[in-house]
Parts: sequence; structure tokens; C-alpha cells
Amino acid sequence: MGDTARNPVTWLGSPAFPTAAKTALADDQLRRNLKHATGLIRTKRAGAVAELPDWEQLRLSGEAIKDDVLANLDTYLLRFEESVAARGGTVHWARDAAEANEIVLRLAREAGADEVVKIKSMATMEIGLNEALQAGGVTPIETDLAELIVQLGNDRPSHILVPAIHRNRTEIRDIFKAAMPGTEDLTDEPVELAAAARAFLRRKFLSAKVAVSGANFGVAETGSVVVVESEGNGRMCLTLPETLITVMGIEKLVPTWQDLEVFLQLLPRSSTAERMNPYTSVWTGVTPGDGPRDFHLVLVDNGRTDTLASTVGRQALRCIRCSACLNVCPVYERTGGQAYGSVYPGPIGAILAPQLGGDMHDKHAASLPFASSLCGACFEVCPVRIDIPSVLVHLRAKAVEAKPKYSPEAIGMAAMSWVMAGPRRFRAAQRLAVAGRLLSRGGRIRGLPFPGSKWTDSRDLPAPAKESFSAWWKRTRG
Amino acid sequence: MGDSRDVILARIRGALGDRPDPRPVPREYQRTRDFPSVLDLFAERVADYRAIVHRVTDPVELIRSALAGKRVAVASDAPPEWLVPEVTWLREPLTNADLDACDGVLTGCAVGIAETGTIVLDGGVAQGRRALTLLPDYHLCVVRADQVVGTVPEALARLEPTRPLTFVSGPSATSDIEMDRVEGVHGPRTLEVLIVSQ
Ligand code: SF4
Repeated sequence: MGDTARNPVTWLGSPAFPTAAKTALADDQLRRNLKHATGLIRTKRAGAVAELPDWEQLRLSGEAIKDDVLANLDTYLLRFEESVAARGGTVHWARDAAEANEIVLRLAREAGADEVVKIKSMATMEIGLNEALQAGGVTPIETDLAELIVQLGNDRPSHILVPAIHRNRTEIRDIFKAAMPGTEDLTDEPVELAAAARAFLRRKFLSAKVAVSGANFGVAETGSVVVVESEGNGRMCLTLPETLITVMGIEKLVPTWQDLEVFLQLLPRSSTAERMNPYTSVWTGVTPGDGPRDFHLVLVDNGRTDTLASTVGRQALRCIRCSACLNVCPVYERTGGQAYGSVYPGPIGAILAPQLGGDMHDKHAASLPFASSLCGACFEVCPVRIDIPSVLVHLRAKAVEAKPKYSPEAIGMAAMSWVMAGPRRFRAAQRLAVAGRLLSRGGRIRGLPFPGSKWTDSRDLPAPAKESFSAWWKRTRG
Repeated sequence: MGDSRDVILARIRGALGDRPDPRPVPREYQRTRDFPSVLDLFAERVADYRAIVHRVTDPVELIRSALAGKRVAVASDAPPEWLVPEVTWLREPLTNADLDACDGVLTGCAVGIAETGTIVLDGGVAQGRRALTLLPDYHLCVVRADQVVGTVPEALARLEPTRPLTFVSGPSATSDIEMDRVEGVHGPRTLEVLIVSQ
């Protein structure tokens, strides 16, 4: 289990962001799919949020509740452990990914399972659980439709909420046809595709002995665990198998039951832009005669305590994984999630992945804080008010520290290198302005703080004339 | 293992060496709202999810017309007046295979939330265990007017957190394929709601 094991939060062998972004930008289909999807969610989210007159007050509460959790994390974890145990659950603690995987694998084997059904969970993806189970002879079955598409397509997810956002219906039909028996006549109608997945997975749900889930929230006061979902695959996993193993990051707590009233309003509207997601499940330990007989909760650190130590960076641990910041990010919209080479893509990924990974000497991790224009749109939509731009700037400085041989100018260049063409061109002011156009929202550049500010006096430049990202990229990089 | 617990707790205490002192949690959001009619709003918002909604003064006639000739699961404590003779009732204990093969399920609920069009099940009277409302493809849910509240905070205040809770907002749905909403992936594909008020 050693402390030295590589943290799998970034995918091994991923190219640094600039390289990956270039590849992604060359993929027209990918960009079309992404643009369509993020555009739709953005508009819908704005509507869902505008409906609540007290949205800003909810955000302020959400932020403060999570800050309280982080400031008293040891106390709340112990209270949570006690409450879960009092209701018949078993709590396990895992320092890192390797230890968490070991625990889940052992529990699955002890329950006599050679197959486990899984609910989409960022935490289990972060620790690389599927690979670990597979290597240990236990087959994980992803049951979320998008995850199933990703798994059957031997692919990687590209969005926290809509992992198959980069696939269109025809591609999905082809993936299903190749992997599911009896689907020769499948059309590419979404209703039919969903029905095929329903039939394929129903048998799995009814026979599985063990399910593995993540958790959206844990309530310290009561020991309750909350899973928010849409399809009902979560309910299947949480209800039918005899053993349930829930893997949860240590920061996912809220202090009291009442605190959930804030997050059950913030999350669905920020995430799927709905008033409420179709299904939310809450359970506390074991309930005789209803659901699993055995409940295990694995609390995972895996870089979170290191992140907590940073007074600037710790706010990333407030994240409730709604993915709103992805959908408003101009960089994400053009490169897609896979370019980030991490389980956590987009703006939150750019601050979370390097911190959880904890190694700024890693070239890939060190490149992520630069995958942003610091336009600030992510902060504006974040339901728990994470100041992502400030953390990005802080992490850029860390990346710089990790490479002390660089002069401040050179570091500034490295900072913008994924958008800027290179040292020579970077000095040209109009090039920065071109980047500004691409990175601006509503025709104004909302300030390019460090390192952009080093090259611009004005914090609010009018946006330069429009040029497509790919044309610009080719011209300046090519 | 106890070892890792100590290590993590020690790491947390080390990480909080700056003794952050979070400001008190502001709670200026509205816990209730002035809706002109909570019941009208509930009916409208449940229907927004493409659930079928009826307003009735007595649920029995609608239960009869919706379920006649079908094989329908019910909790063991379902009100006797619901159990009209035109329906083949499947009473608990039922196996998963029974539930998978039946035509639908009839339940009550614990709380309805008007603002979000949500029904909350807590395994209480007439609701049964969670699998009951999960495996059948059709769910007919009876909601009494006095069970409907306006907002999410009001709903949570009425619920007992240690019971297994399921918040249902419309039928099962996915938007995973090109962001098109498709009803019914794994949970019931049809949700029909009877709102009963005098
Ligand atoms: S950082 Fe904020 S907006 Fe982004 S996923 Fe997390 S909670 Fe959502």
C-alpha cells in the first residue's frame, strides 16, 4: 500500500495539456459534440438558477458550510464514523488509492463476488478502482449509461457529468452493436439505445452480489449517505445486492441533516440544470428488510489532506462535482475533457488534479494550471463559490517553484504556452490580444491576471476581432 | 487499518495548523416561500417531468381505471380500500423476480415537494421497501394534500434521515445521449401521480 505509489488521479503517460489540446482541436466531430452539449447545458442552467430568488444566499451558505467542514474535518469525520457504525455500517480508512483499492477488492472477494455492479463515481475513477478490481479477478460493470458507453467503447470519460459527451448517437449505436448480443437491428434513436442498455443491465442488477458506489454527501450528525442520480441505476446498485461498498472522499461531509437543504438545491440546478434530479437516495447504515445486509464505507484521503494544508488551494475541496464550471469554460469547450489527462477535467480539474497528485515536478500535472485564461466564468457559476482563478494563479507559482532555473519571464511564457505560440511570438502584444478574444466572454476580456497581466496594462481590454480557435491555433502554432 | 485512521486524522490536524476559523454559516436563504397554491404548483411541476398527474377527491376510482386487469405489487400495509377486486394484487413478501415480472406498483408517499415536483418515499405506511418502487416498469403513487410542502427545506424538516429515503422527481431519465432527455432507463418508465384533496 506504500505511500510512494503513484497517485492515479492523472492518467499515466498523458501528454502535457498543450500537446493533448492540439490533438483534440484537430478532431472536428469531438468539437461539434462538445459545443452542442455544453451550449445546451449552459442555457438550461441559467434558467434553472434564475428561478430561485435566493440563489446567491444559497451559494454563500454552501460555501460557508463546506468551509466549516474543512476547518473541523477531524471532528466531523469521527462523528460520521460513529454514526455509521451505530447503524450497522463498517467504516474503513484509506490513506491512498492503493489502500482503498485493496480494501474494496478484499471486501468484494469476501462477499464471494467475481463481478460487481458500479454507480458512476468520481472517487472510484480517481483511485483507478476498475483496473485494480480487474487485476484482482473481479469484473466491474459500470451501470450509468454514459459510463457503459465509455466502458464498452474502451474509451475514457470526458466530462464529470456526461462522460460520453464526446460521442454522438451513431457512434453510441455502433459501440452497443459491437458489445451487446442481440442488438443487430438497433437504430440510433436515443429511446432505443436507452432500452438496449436497460435490458443489458437488468440481468446484471438482479444477479450481482456486490455493488460499489461513490457518495455525493455524507451527513456527520446522522451517518446518512446521499447519492444523487438520474437513471435509477444508482437505486438498483444501492438496493438490490447484499453487500454495498461506498467509496467516499473525506471532504464529502456536511455537518447536519439540515445542511443538506442547501446542497439539494444547489447541486441539481448547477449540474443537470433541473429543479431536482430524477432520483436521490439517502441511507443510513443498514435497514433490516430493505436493501443491503452489509454496508461498508471507505473513507479516502489520497492527496486530500495535502490539499487541505494549502490555505489558498484547500477551497478546491469544497467542490460538489456539479460540472457547471466545465460547461462555461471556453478552454474546455474547445479541447474537451480528455485533453486534461485526468479524472477531473475542466477548471476544477486544473486545480484539483495537480493538488491531489501533489507533484509539481510532474510535467503533465504542472501544465494543468495553465489550461485557463483566468476569465472567471467558472467562479461565477460555482455553487460553492470556489475562486478557481486565484487557485490557478497560486498553482502556477508552485509550478514555477518546482522549476527554479526559469526566470520569471520564462515562467510566464510557459504559463501561457499552450495558448501562445512560443517565446518569440509571445512577446508580441497583438498575439496576446488574439488569445484575449478567444478567452473573453461577452466581447470583453475580464482581465488576464498573472501571468497575462504582466503583458497587459489594462485589465479590461476590448476583445479583438474574431478568429476561430483552430485557424488561430494553426496560424500561430503551425 | 486502525493505523490508517490515525495517520489520516494526524495529517488533517497537521494540515489545519493555521487554525482556520470559518465565519459563522450565513443562512439568509428562504426556508419557505409564498406560493399562491402549493398543490397547484406541485401538480404542475410533477407534470413538467412528463409524469401523468390527476387531482382527485377519492383515489379509488382512478386506481380502478388505471390498474384493472393488471398484476400490481403493493406494500403489505396498503389501505384496504385501494385493493379493488378488478386488479390482481401481489402482496409482500415478493421476490425480485416477482417484482421484475409484475405490471406495476401502487404506493403512497411520505412527502411531496411543490417547488421541485418531487415525491419522497421513506418506507413508511403503504410504501414498502425500496425495491418495490424500483423494479416494476410502472409506478402509481398516491399523494395526500397534507403531505405536500412548498420547498426543499420544509421537506427535509419533515423527514427522518435514518430511514431509507428515495426522492423521486419524474420517471427515470437520462440525458447521456446528445443531451436528449429520454425517460426510463432503469427505474419505472411511467410515473402516474394521484393528488388527493377534499
Ligand atoms: S468547482 Fe464548483 S462549479 Fe466546478 S464542479 Fe466543483 S462545485 Fe461545480
